[in-house]
Amino acid sequence: MTTPLLELSGVHTHIGAYHILHGVDFTVPAGQVTMLLGRNGAGKSTTLRTIMGLWQASAGEVRFQGASLKGLATPDIAGRGIAYVPENMGIFTDLTVKENMVLAARSARHAGELDTQRLEWIFGLFPALKKFWLYPAGKLSGGQKQMLAVARAICEPRALILIDEPSKGLAPSIIHNLVSAFNELKRQQTTILLVEQNFMMAKALGDTVAVMDDGRVVHRGAMAELAEDEGLQQRLLGLSLGAHQ
Amino acid sequence: MSATTAPAAAAPAVAAVPKAAFDWRPLALLAALMVLALPAIGSAPTWVTLTVAGLAMGMIIFVIASGLTLVFGLMDVLNFGHGVFIALGAFMATTVMAGLAPWAGESAPAQIASVFAAMAVAMAVAGAVGWAFERVIVRPVYGLHLKQILITMGGMIVGEEIIKVVWGPLQIALPLPSALTGSWLLGDASIEKYRVLAALIGLAVFAALAFTLNRTKVGLLIRAGVQDREMVESLGYRIRQLFVGVFVAGSALAGLGGVMWGLYQQNVVPQIGGQVNVLIFIVIIIGGLGSTLGCFVGALLVGLMANYTGFLAPKVALFSNIGLMVAILLWRPQGLYPVTNR
Repeated sequence: MTTPLLELSGVHTHIGAYHILHGVDFTVPAGQVTMLLGRNGAGKSTTLRTIMGLWQASAGEVRFQGASLKGLATPDIAGRGIAYVPENMGIFTDLTVKENMVLAARSARHAGELDTQRLEWIFGLFPALKKFWLYPAGKLSGGQKQMLAVARAICEPRALILIDEPSKGLAPSIIHNLVSAFNELKRQQTTILLVEQNFMMAKALGDTVAVMDDGRVVHRGAMAELAEDEGLQQRLLGLSLGAHQ
Repeated sequence: MSATTAPAAAAPAVAAVPKAAFDWRPLALLAALMVLALPAIGSAPTWVTLTVAGLAMGMIIFVIASGLTLVFGLMDVLNFGHGVFIALGAFMATTVMAGLAPWAGESAPAQIASVFAAMAVAMAVAGAVGWAFERVIVRPVYGLHLKQILITMGGMIVGEEIIKVVWGPLQIALPLPSALTGSWLLGDASIEKYRVLAALIGLAVFAALAFTLNRTKVGLLIRAGVQDREMVESLGYRIRQLFVGVFVAGSALAGLGGVMWGLYQQNVVPQIGGQVNVLIFIVIIIGGLGSTLGCFVGALLVGLMANYTGFLAPKVALFSNIGLMVAILLWRPQGLYPVTNR
């Protein structure tokens, strides 16, 4: 059993009067890609935001590398080595691609202090970023913005990367590029918690999976097992893999 | 992956797509306003005098408004109390310059030094009061626009009353030192010395802000924070500290602008902030909320418009800037240089 890097136990989150998460429990093993699946409104994005401290858990605990994140502000949580790619990508559209990258690299005061080797590796994953380096990020296409969002998350080594629905609204060819990039990250033993609606992408990338419904985790296990069990997919997600092939 | 530093990171070898083109149209509008005013005014020397006066007035308005646009843009705070820092700066100038007048005497360098000392003290005091204003008045109402309007207006009223307690309710003269009075003659055109100084200070403030915002990481954080505060925090930066810093800097700039405006009017009243408030809100709306360049161009447009219409049609002058704002918002509803997500 791989040591969990991240552990959520009995996490409840309220947003105003609404009770969104009802005791979420799951773990993210180190060096693996954990898929967080579920229908719309199941609480997946809320879970990521709660881990980042953007919404505070009203009960339960989030532990990262064995230490509780309770009460920590978002910058402190990020400072512990967690990168976050939100569903809306969080691109600073008025800034150039270069400026977005400089901001993401906390140790760099300007572009000259970016880790060149790592940057070249990122350009290898996402060549468009090199091409549009001095361009305002707002002018990029949706797929390129998503690449930039992911690139920001990996521009410095991070212990854990949280990514919220990276394939949303993207063309299949762009999704294919993203899958390739995530596979490369997997080979580098990067730990990723990936929220996805695209089951094919989940199947291609996931090592482990947690399925959410109505603010709870209703299934945990190996992604390969879920991918092979159409009945389980139908029951948990209301889909069959065959329909996607 | 080892950490290495090399200049290649700053300029990747493949740059097939050029840097995005700068939007010159708002600057062209500024130039067009100046060019169109020339035949309307009819006299080149008068046009030069009015244009320099308008640009100087615009620079002063820019100094006052630049802090507010950052506070508005970055912090999403509708600070209707900004005027109190303007008044505070102006009144501090009356005290400092009166105190230094015997020392300065008739020496031109000493007189100019006393003006800069007044500006430095005004900025320091306005910045310090701004820090307290943020902690006590603004912090409890982050994200609550209606309450922000009410409480910051309340703060301004209280601030004005405190100013009346300290300096009295009456108008106080803030005469220009003799070294800054009078004009230079450029042909038949008359260029007031103080307006040149005001324009130079305005340009220096603009250059400093432009450098900070575009060439430093703090500037990047401010620009990013204007667009998406949550994402800046998610990247690991404490935006609250940045908020406080920007609020203090904005208040200090208002204090500087108060000194400049007081010297421009050559007198100071406790209501000076309220009087200027309308102009600066027009400027930041015209410029695009949160945009320093937009604020700069907007302030120059407002300054020029006020001077041209004041000469050509004094009865229209009062409404000219409202008309300018309406026209610009019809052309660009988000302002001249809109900041995305605002």
